[in-house]
Amino acid sequence: MEIPVVRNILEANDKIAVNLKELFAKHGILVLNLISSPGAGKTSILERTLTDLKDEFKMAVIEGDCQTDNDARRVAETGAKAVQINTDGGCHLDSNMITAALANFDMDNIDILFIENVGNLVCPVEFDCGEDFKIALLSVPEGDDKPEKYPALFEKSSAMILNKCDLLPYVQFDVERAKRFATQLNKDMPVFQTSCTTSEGLDTWYEWLRTAHAAKQK
Amino acid sequence: MAIAASLIDIVKEEMAKHNASKLLMVRVCYGKLTNLVPEALSFAFEVQTQQSPLEGAELELKEIPVTVTCGECSTEFTPEGTDLFCMPCPSCENLFGHTVLTGKELYLDHLEAE
Ligand SMILES: [Zn+2]
Repeated sequence: MEIPVVRNILEANDKIAVNLKELFAKHGILVLNLISSPGAGKTSILERTLTDLKDEFKMAVIEGDCQTDNDARRVAETGAKAVQINTDGGCHLDSNMITAALANFDMDNIDILFIENVGNLVCPVEFDCGEDFKIALLSVPEGDDKPEKYPALFEKSSAMILNKCDLLPYVQFDVERAKRFATQLNKDMPVFQTSCTTSEGLDTWYEWLRTAHAAKQK
Repeated sequence: MAIAASLIDIVKEEMAKHNASKLLMVRVCYGKLTNLVPEALSFAFEVQTQQSPLEGAELELKEIPVTVTCGECSTEFTPEGTDLFCMPCPSCENLFGHTVLTGKELYLDHLEAE
């Protein structure tokens, strides 16, 4: 027999994500899902953000990692509460894992929650973790063709951080080209050019965070 | 792998609803803009259905093309070629700010079972 179905394959994940969104809204928590390749500098950006905005916001981090807890330890050193999800080789976080991780947090004591997804530009994009925004993070040594190769991430992200810009004089990277591709399907997406070494551009990223957090409080 | 697992859960649910015990075929539709890698899904599906009533079923993957509305003049069109980053509007040649209408779907369309 033929059984017509037409069901979204990710529906189980999406249902849980809807519950998460309600929960985050109730507590007024801004939630950002950071997606990048391994080594693009997600942890460094987080360390800086958690340190520099320490007096302004109460921040927490859910760390997705395939195997180790190195990143979680680095983040915890900033004083922010960090919970590690070990995906056991899995290539992305999903809404179920986030729900489980939340048991470790005092939700009334968080202004901004960062989800540091597993280093991978493909799978994390498909799984809604209940976040307000996905942030695509790219570093200049990776090459300016990344947005071209991974359109879905850049289409679904609300901002892009172009990190390690202090290396621009030493690598072949055309900022305009990367921006053009990244914003082709997402024309209003802001692009922050940052460096954790020189602190370049971090202030624009912080400004965006402040605005996004204020909007969430309304 | 997680996509295959979600797919298998839904298939099992639908088979139980219809009292089917042997799966013959599943059709999945996926938009060209999703990150789905058909070979990877086929492989994961095959591995994860081994030694179950789903084993040996044919997994049909149907790609849904991209259609967009021009950000400038609102013309609807399907970009030519495979380059998703060069989508000139056929009426005004604008390249930017198109809205995606189709190409982001990922769903189980139907299945055949007995
Ligand atoms: Zn046009």
